Amino acid sequence: MTGGPLVLGIESSCDETGVGIVRGHTLLADAIASSVEEHARFGGVVPEVASRAHLEAMVPMIDRACRDAGVRLDDLDAIAVTAGPGLAGALLVGVAAAKSLSVALGKPLYGVNHLAAHVAVDIVEHGPLAEPTMAMLVSGGHSSLLLVPDITQDVRSLGSTIDDAAGEAFDKVARVLGLPFPGGPHVDRVAVDGNSGHVFFPRGLTSGRDMERHRFDFSFSGLKTSVARWVEARERAGEPVPVADVAASFQEAVVDVLTRKAVLACREHGVDDLLIGGGVAANTRLRAMARERCDAAGIRLRVPRPGLCTDNGAMVAALGAAMVSRGCAPSALDLPADSSMPVTLVQV
Amino acid sequence: MLLLGIDTATSAVTVAVHDGDGVLAECSTLDARRHGEYLAPGITQTLADAGRTVDEVTAVVVGTGPGPFTGLRIGLVTARTFAFARGIPVFGVCSLDAMAHQAWLEDAAGLGQSLVVATDARRKEVYWARYNVCPAGALRRGEPMVAKAGAIADDVRGLPVAGRGAVLYAEWFGRRVGPLDVSAGALADLAARRLAAGEELGAADPMYLRRPDAMPLALRKQVLP
Repeated sequence: MTGGPLVLGIESSCDETGVGIVRGHTLLADAIASSVEEHARFGGVVPEVASRAHLEAMVPMIDRACRDAGVRLDDLDAIAVTAGPGLAGALLVGVAAAKSLSVALGKPLYGVNHLAAHVAVDIVEHGPLAEPTMAMLVSGGHSSLLLVPDITQDVRSLGSTIDDAAGEAFDKVARVLGLPFPGGPHVDRVAVDGNSGHVFFPRGLTSGRDMERHRFDFSFSGLKTSVARWVEARERAGEPVPVADVAASFQEAVVDVLTRKAVLACREHGVDDLLIGGGVAANTRLRAMARERCDAAGIRLRVPRPGLCTDNGAMVAALGAAMVSRGCAPSALDLPADSSMPVTLVQV
Repeated sequence: MLLLGIDTATSAVTVAVHDGDGVLAECSTLDARRHGEYLAPGITQTLADAGRTVDEVTAVVVGTGPGPFTGLRIGLVTARTFAFARGIPVFGVCSLDAMAHQAWLEDAAGLGQSLVVATDARRKEVYWARYNVCPAGALRRGEPMVAKAGAIADDVRGLPVAGRGAVLYAEWFGRRVGPLDVSAGALADLAARRLAAGEELGAADPMYLRRPDAMPLALRKQVLP
């Protein structure tokens, strides 16, 4: 095992069929097939459409990952797979494929948490994690602040969204502004030319009382409604909607709350390292403001490159490799897919 | 030859090992909500019961449904992945055909000239097909379909019916015969006979028979009163 364990990771919790291969801390392959275009006309991910696409893409992605990495399946030390959280039917395709590889090859199986994998992926980008690390996970399905003493077995939740996920708010606001699905990249793109101070949209759960009860929680539902009301009022008055300015102002509100709470969490828990992961971590304004505020607070910031922030198999392989390295016991062959797997459960 | 047979198109999670002459071992568990949990251990168990190892398997044959989608896919992705990992071929056989074959194996003479297979398609519907019973086996007439049980009452009147549909919708169907769910042993046996007869087996592709439920985007909802 020169260079650490060789692990193949499978991800199928939403609309990406990802198969990655990692050796120790080194990324060897990251094969991804996405069904995102099939979902666009529905304005969101349709679970059955995603599940059908996973079935068709699974073996081709395993094949591609092996070719890209230049390894044979027999060379693997272990198989890792996202066991949850995510869409139940979609998860089951990846879990069944991983179990089948495990049985056919006689290799140990690790059923892992999708959210922990979003944190672990930075190991292949920037090396081993500081312990503890503060992790902020922001995606279309999740928004969480996590204190991570050991990514292979100890993840603690400090807070999470109480309504919409950050990425979900981007999708919904994009729709209001007439931008395509998925909204994140489009809002980011048009906001570049906008004035982020054009409208001051509300910062959810940041008032005095909320900071007592929901110190590290998030809320983006009210923000989304506030943007919709503002836009509708202009439309009804027959005035043009300044799309770039609204996008920039909305994005500023999201990013302000996320970075403010992340930095506060680091300070209050005495943690000097912040890692941001998940699809929203690809947002350029979030990356820039996090950099500014972390620099000012003396916090070391790590963000994987955008391609590793969105769902992929490499992140699952990275977490699997960390588990094998730490000597974690494999999962049982009858492990269930768990659509609502708690973030504190790293492995099933 | 050593065939690994798998089916998850009905309530049964079923695995069998067949050597071309007969079924060496079979494991079936009835649980429509746990296909993903029972299947992989079932493969390990069945091979152990047969006294064989994974590297002795020469081909995988899997039921292609029709059946409830989530369970069906578990069998298909398991079969495809296993075959890819071992570098062996994977074939598909219609799951209803496997049930008709089992009914024929058990009591061909008792079936008469025709047989219906009807399985649970949920939403008060059945997946079904009609078979001609011949000395060579049960031969399907046409493609499998999905329909409300009451809507096919005229097509199936007086015919023996295999499959869980016969129990769920007894008021519409005639005499119950054969299995309620798929047996991977019967599936593998049917595949072995077809291969022995020089027939080509189909691909391991799902028979969904229904489109995904999804509505294209409507107009944006207004939030102001």
